[in-house]
Amino acid sequence: MSAAPAHPVPLDIERLRADFPILSQRINGQPLAYLDNGASAQRPLAVIEAERNYAETMHANVHRGVHTLSQRATDAFEAARERVRRFIHARSTREVIFTKGTTESINLVAHSFLRPRVKPGDEILITWLEHHANIVPWQLACEATGAVLKVAPIDRNGELDLDAFRALLSDRTRLVATAHVSNALGTVLPVREIVALAHARGVPVLLDGAQAIPHFALDVQALDCDFYAFSGHKLYGPDGIGVLYGRESLLESMPPWQGGGDMILSVSFAGTTYNQLPFKFEAGTPHMSGAVGLAAAIDYVDAIGLDRIAAWEADLLQYATTKLAQIEDLRIIGTARDKASLVSFVVAGVHPHDIGTILDQHGIAIRTGHHCAMPAIEFMGVPATARASFAFYNTRAEIDRLADAVRSARDMFR
Amino acid sequence: MDLKDLSRDVILDHNKRPRNFGRLEPPAHEARGHNPLCGDQLTVYAVLEGDVVKDVRFDGSGCAISVASASLMTEAVKGKTRAEAEHLYAAIHDLLTRADAPSLPELGKLAALGGVREFPARVKCASLCWHTLHAALEGAAAPVSTE
Ligand SMILES: Cc1ncc(COP(=O)(O)O)c(C=O)c1O
Repeated sequence: MSAAPAHPVPLDIERLRADFPILSQRINGQPLAYLDNGASAQRPLAVIEAERNYAETMHANVHRGVHTLSQRATDAFEAARERVRRFIHARSTREVIFTKGTTESINLVAHSFLRPRVKPGDEILITWLEHHANIVPWQLACEATGAVLKVAPIDRNGELDLDAFRALLSDRTRLVATAHVSNALGTVLPVREIVALAHARGVPVLLDGAQAIPHFALDVQALDCDFYAFSGHKLYGPDGIGVLYGRESLLESMPPWQGGGDMILSVSFAGTTYNQLPFKFEAGTPHMSGAVGLAAAIDYVDAIGLDRIAAWEADLLQYATTKLAQIEDLRIIGTARDKASLVSFVVAGVHPHDIGTILDQHGIAIRTGHHCAMPAIEFMGVPATARASFAFYNTRAEIDRLADAVRSARDMFR
Repeated sequence: MDLKDLSRDVILDHNKRPRNFGRLEPPAHEARGHNPLCGDQLTVYAVLEGDVVKDVRFDGSGCAISVASASLMTEAVKGKTRAEAEHLYAAIHDLLTRADAPSLPELGKLAALGGVREFPARVKCASLCWHTLHAALEGAAAPVSTE
């Protein structure tokens, strides 16, 4: 390993890395360099222990039993909801719905908000940068209703063409749904402008925050978005748990999307009364240990401070961009001015998949392929990319190893 | 890739200089294969004369393993009967998925692909061309997908 220059931001990286048991292992005989955080981040001990403590001391079903454990489980689950509310600055816990992840959050909005409201010819506006999770639910809704999906273009750097976006907003637009950060290219979208433009025409906005939530502090009130979706597993939390934030007035006006226990007040064959928010949208037994783990992840991230995390990651991004750009035959895909800490790239003559396999032999985990964002990747004129995505526990030394391994992959195929 | 040196060299060589690369015009049979995970896209063209694979080519783009596998495949099946090609298809499938697969002499250079077994995520890359050839010989119209 070559010696990397000292890092300018004060984070006690060795101590932080020790919080993540998975990071200390060797893969194929090399120390693991986990650079696939955009796909899923690793969990600190605090999260693993919170889930375990829940299972060992609190588990029962929520909102149902009169016994002590059921009360404990309910309290833990609702405390987790309050923790999420505080983290994203929602007005009330009625605006925080637990889902299984970003995908389910978006589908919920597609079913309960969009479908009942649109008529044939109405429009939904997204961008070319979207993850399939923010494309396909709208395509399904369009098929079912006769609504039309409009797509705002991007430029060759992977930036949204805001003028074109403005021009595509029309009297028929019923919803704008865009990524906050692109998972394939790293672009940070101008979400404030997007919200302002849409609201000026009375159009609500859903933001897919899957890639933004681990990187920036979120204030849904300041942002003024109407829906915000994210996943726990990208925020150092458990898989299988996620959140839909929704503006209360909109959530109130929406019918439930799944029926079952917990989402009702009373059921009779003459008619059923739905429960109030947020339970109306949480049919069935929820992922209680997941919610508890997510709250622990938020505590963990807040204790470090998202500002310090952002500063550290900005340094990693800059360092990686410089290092990789020095490699002959390597081209960075996605060169927006404002990027989150990930770098997509291609190497002439070497398929990204082969890069991924060779890097794995060096103990380096990256993602290769189209990153569930085929339109964006195809727009950039490549069939696939290799993507290194960084978390605060990554180091410049790992980026040096990445660059060295990419060089050796290139040389092997020469 | 940590494949044994010999097989690695075979794969790198066939990736760099794929044999029988290009298209064949109808009435050649053709089928398209797609591996959504990697974005690999292959088209396999085959001309049958009676029961014999008279000519076979492929084009498209993909990772080294998929291109090398397709290149090796075209060399291996040219001049064989359909039944022999199908037999190789089965033998390759075993080679890629079973640690105890016997090393059959008729595999010849195709044995170089045996190392791919150590990379389970890549087995589909090596088998895509064979599924696609199978579809071309069957005259199936629908594109083949590994997913
Ligand atoms: C931008 C974006 N949206 C949505 C998703 C889907 O998230 P999940 O699979 O956790 O539902 C992802 C995950 O890769 C993503 O990066």
